[in-house]
Amino acid sequence: MIHSLFLINHSGDIFLEKHWKSVISRSVCDYFFEVKEKAVDPENVPPVLQTPHHYLISIYRGKLFFLSVVQTEVPPLFVIEFLHRVADTFQDYFGECSEGVIKDNLVTVYELLEEMLDNGFPLATESNVLKEMIRPPNILRSVVNTLTGGSNVGDTLPTGQLSNVPWRRAGVKYTNNEAYFDVVEEIDAILDKSGTTVFAEIQGVVEACVRLTGMPDLTLSFMNPRLLDDMSFHPCVRFKRWESERVLSFIPPDGNFTLMTYHVSSQNLVAIPVYVKQNINFFETGSCGRLDITIGPKQNMGKTVEGLMVTIHMPKVVLSANLTATQGNYTYDLTTKVLVWDIGKLNPQKLPNLRGSLSMQAGAPKPEENPSLNIDLKIQQLAISGLKVSRLDMYGEKYKPFKGVKYLTKAGKFQRLSLSFL
Amino acid sequence: GQHLNLISHLRNLKEMLESSKESLKLEAMKRIVGLIAKGKNASELFPAVVKNVASKNIELKKLVYVYLVRYAEEQQDLALLSISTFQRALKDPNQFIRASALRVLSSIRVPIIVPIMMLAIKEAAADLSPYVRKTSAHAIQKLFSLDADQKEQLIEVIEKLLKDKSTLVAGSVVMAFEEVCPDRIDLIHKNYRKLCNLLVDVEEWGQVVIISMLTRYARTQFTSPWKEVRGQSGEVMKAFYESDSEEKKGHTEEKPYIMDPDHRLLLRNTKPLLQSRNTAVVMSVAQLYWHLAPKHEVSIVTKSLVRLLRSHREVQYIVLQNIATMSIQRKGMFEPFMKSFYVRSTDATHIKTLKLEILTNLANEANISTILREFQTYVKSQDKAFAAATIQAIGRCATNISEVTDTCLNGLVLLLSNRDETVVAESVVVIKKLLQTQPTQHSEIIKHMAKLFDNITVPMARASILWLIGEYCERVPKIAPDVLRKMAKSFTAEEDIVKLQTVNLAAKLYLTNSKQTKLLTQYILNLGKYDQNYDIRDRTRFIRQLIVPSEKSGALNKYARRILLAPKPAPVLESSFKDRDRFQLGTLSHSLNSKATGYQELSDWPAVAPDQSVRNVEIIEASGSDSEEESSESEKTSSDSGKSSSGSEQSSSESELEQKKKKKTKKVPQKKSKPTAADRYSEIPAVCWSLRVTTSSFGPVKTYELLHHMTGKGLAAKYHFPRQPCLYQPSMVAVQVILSNSSDHSLEEIHIGDRSPASLSIHCFNTIERLEPEASVTVSMGIDFSDSTQAANFQLCTKEDQFSVSIQPAVGELLMPSSMTEQDFCKEQGKLQGMNETSATITMETANASSQAISKQVLSVANVGVVSSSQNNFSRFAGRTVSSGALVLVSLELKESSTALLTINTEKTVMASMLLRDIKQALTQA
Repeated sequence: MIHSLFLINHSGDIFLEKHWKSVISRSVCDYFFEVKEKAVDPENVPPVLQTPHHYLISIYRGKLFFLSVVQTEVPPLFVIEFLHRVADTFQDYFGECSEGVIKDNLVTVYELLEEMLDNGFPLATESNVLKEMIRPPNILRSVVNTLTGGSNVGDTLPTGQLSNVPWRRAGVKYTNNEAYFDVVEEIDAILDKSGTTVFAEIQGVVEACVRLTGMPDLTLSFMNPRLLDDMSFHPCVRFKRWESERVLSFIPPDGNFTLMTYHVSSQNLVAIPVYVKQNINFFETGSCGRLDITIGPKQNMGKTVEGLMVTIHMPKVVLSANLTATQGNYTYDLTTKVLVWDIGKLNPQKLPNLRGSLSMQAGAPKPEENPSLNIDLKIQQLAISGLKVSRLDMYGEKYKPFKGVKYLTKAGKFQRLSLSFL
Repeated sequence: GQHLNLISHLRNLKEMLESSKESLKLEAMKRIVGLIAKGKNASELFPAVVKNVASKNIELKKLVYVYLVRYAEEQQDLALLSISTFQRALKDPNQFIRASALRVLSSIRVPIIVPIMMLAIKEAAADLSPYVRKTSAHAIQKLFSLDADQKEQLIEVIEKLLKDKSTLVAGSVVMAFEEVCPDRIDLIHKNYRKLCNLLVDVEEWGQVVIISMLTRYARTQFTSPWKEVRGQSGEVMKAFYESDSEEKKGHTEEKPYIMDPDHRLLLRNTKPLLQSRNTAVVMSVAQLYWHLAPKHEVSIVTKSLVRLLRSHREVQYIVLQNIATMSIQRKGMFEPFMKSFYVRSTDATHIKTLKLEILTNLANEANISTILREFQTYVKSQDKAFAAATIQAIGRCATNISEVTDTCLNGLVLLLSNRDETVVAESVVVIKKLLQTQPTQHSEIIKHMAKLFDNITVPMARASILWLIGEYCERVPKIAPDVLRKMAKSFTAEEDIVKLQTVNLAAKLYLTNSKQTKLLTQYILNLGKYDQNYDIRDRTRFIRQLIVPSEKSGALNKYARRILLAPKPAPVLESSFKDRDRFQLGTLSHSLNSKATGYQELSDWPAVAPDQSVRNVEIIEASGSDSEEESSESEKTSSDSGKSSSGSEQSSSESELEQKKKKKTKKVPQKKSKPTAADRYSEIPAVCWSLRVTTSSFGPVKTYELLHHMTGKGLAAKYHFPRQPCLYQPSMVAVQVILSNSSDHSLEEIHIGDRSPASLSIHCFNTIERLEPEASVTVSMGIDFSDSTQAANFQLCTKEDQFSVSIQPAVGELLMPSSMTEQDFCKEQGKLQGMNETSATITMETANASSQAISKQVLSVANVGVVSSSQNNFSRFAGRTVSSGALVLVSLELKESSTALLTINTEKTVMASMLLRDIKQALTQA
């Protein structure tokens, strides 16, 4: 399926190549470079390309291109999903997925790629299985290894690969048994000029960090599971139990993993936690404009809104901004034309305001479109949809684990449009 | 300089590899792998590296493997040196070592070792470890790509592996099937239901492959589920295509459609996978529903596909492409999710364009105003290519929905005064197309465009305006000649497409208004005659001949007006995804809109379903006919169910050891085989027969207590008769003993001590060194009872204690089944008359009166074989005594009202009477 993989950095250097079948010359990447050149922005490179003899399927992650070469028909999503899994694995092993880190751990990376595919078909992609075979690097061990010639290849055999719970390694032991669940929700919203919601939805994810001894069998139940409209599960979740009882029953992988992602039905009204009053004007004459933005709390369920940040992509003609903020700081990047106003915590008694003038290129016509605002925010201890975990039960092991649930609401793609219609 | 550097570096590495220090070697290998990763050539180190192939250090060994696989093709002769290491490892007791040896061996692309690979694959495909079998499935593809001539042999292996019941193997073998013999659909029939049922438990990547293969399979085996809903929206095309064959199969039409249960099974078992975290799995289920499900069921995939739009950009791209194709045929599926396709300013250009495509496909009378409002904001986008695409989309909406045509047209005209040139140009092009579809009184718009003409510089837009003016020159009689006048001035400076349209305009005006334009036209034609572009010269010459009457022009001249000013069909504005549905959704070919290498066409539904029974699988498989390993595995898996079906793999590592032991011990008699033993085999062919007899037909095995844990000081023992031929000696009865330790300390040296009578011949199990508390172990032994039910007494010993135990066999356990025909049975029975015959009339429990129930009861009592009978009222069973091989024939003749005559013929009269008693008891009881 996947014939070869090339890792390419931002400036177009191939810094790693791996072939699972016979070797394909790296000149095949030239077709890719040609397209990349045209696309200008790396995000605009189409993920699937055709060359006379090969097909190139690529992803762009962490300023790197993962470019795979395919010779025959294959579902493109299969390859894309796998490449992202590779990037996830690097992230998991080295803490980040960047050129530097990959170059520093070239041998480990190569060993991982060797185990993840056999003849181009995925072999071991579960983090738990991989970690049994190839241990993630840590400083102490690498020092010891250089002295003693020890290795970071596990001498134990990956029994997980044979069991019916391939995502969990065998013989897990902890002195402190703990299971933490983070319910993180993101609001995606588009508001129009008048502040009316054009589109709003909530996407949630339950992230788990489970460190439990042995083979625990967990059941996580919600107070209000009916809220959830559409979800996807980690392979460990027993789908039948969810269908019949609406509980998550599973034997967890060891460590961090995403238990489920969900979507809250769009029938429910999505609470928008803040309102924005904005006034951006460009004058026909005088090459200047005015900006006035105020933010206030709306539906935040009595919790504090934190990490508030407003980002505005200004029209190209705006040269500089001379503004005063009653709270927080603002920066205006002259090259990217991005205005960022970092507000921080929202104080309902004293609403943050940003106002002042914008100066424009002399003689340039007035921008026809007013810029839109992107808003970022965080609310701790609240899942904006109202979803609540009711209990977590453990079977199969005798000890009492420590259990914890955290809630967090974030702004996803939160856009306040300011449009003047035709 | 760099090259020299590399050379000295390589020399350095070679020295490190040849040192005796493990750590230096490892360091060298790491650097070499680093070189490979960077794409540097390290092939000259091959001899030095390959020496380390058998290293004890696992990491070093693995790195050597990496190197070997990379360079073996270039250094074939040297690579051969390493082969023996792998061949040895293929026999290793550890399954991981076996698997990894096969993996590397099959990755070495050296044609000379093809036979070795073939042999290794065949052996691994029969391995007890499912992990090794999985590896062999991968190796099949490698060998096939190395040497396609092996196809036939490989198909045999694939066929065998397809029967595998392990979830670990399923995905890999289907992958091999797809690569080696995708057209051999017949291999799938018997495994179809199993694959459907295993699907949920197969690993994610295997799921994708299996689902896509089953989609193709289903399209060849089931009839179309789409007929019943014909006539609904989106079905027009299908109905159209089917209509020509309608008359022929008019009678099938009348029959209501009933879905094949196997078809339903596939749909039902794939549905849960829509909730998978793996986007490729979700997409593959979506395409399966699209191609296989009844139309009203397809919409269940919508939500999941929309969910995927939250994923990475690349995932969005593929999913949007597929939704674009789907939304042309089935607007209804995605209309409720219209807002999910709204474009965000942060989207990449190709994502934006796809979303626009989908929104346009979804537009209808009800939602068009919302969509147009959305489009208006897109037109203002900074991304001008996207703005242009939006204008195209508005044009498509205008032609598709007649209610909004005028609104759109007015909107586009307003855009003509936009500051941005690309927007204006695109608007002109779209307006041109729209005016063609709506040729009524639009002279105002044409006039407006003529006025703008001077300010528009984009060639395509200028050409479009010229064409419009020419085409409708009679509606703008005053403006048209003036435009032509301007063009005559600037002709030489224009782009080619503009020149061509100028010539067209001139010709049309010449025909309609020659008074005003004759000279201008001739001037332009003269300019064109000497143009640098031959297309323009050609066109000019052609036009001149056509419109200017001369002696040579002939008849064509009369028709010039009808040719040039013929009413022209309006261009159809349609989606670029219109014909994409010729490709299976989710495929690379669909994504590229061109057939990729190795693309498998999805066949049309068959008009008449092929034989459904081909998928039937006999539930009871004769275990004797298959190889031993397979039958033992099938028992295990069939006893589990559902999710735990993979439990067999969990225990396989233990059972593997056990099996290994058996295998070894099985070989023992062969090694020891003295001439005497061989003689015995030939003397008593009955034993050979019995080996072939089915033994799996009886019910649960009775277990007896050998030693209670109270008397055994914690050691407990139970035994049962597995009714298998004893491997140690054919005259022995096989006994399995389960030893368990219920004390709180471990027991050591469990073995068999003295026995009585002293002549008793027992094959003991090997001494068990240690049995941990709460552990248990199953051992097998053989006892020669000499065809008597006299108990075998012996001592079960631990390190400290000795316990007297005894095994008393039921008479039925002293027999081995014997297979014979009814004729043979009657012939043998005839020889065993008189005092060799024992019989009794019995009254059976009514529940036992059927011949099946009789067989069950008799088989539970005695280890005999069923003789197939042609008479309904006769049940016959045949066996031989284990020790001496004497025939034992049991027959049962049913009389009226559940009485029966039970007859036993054998020379062993004592056994006969005991057996009679036992069988009688079994049949008279409920």
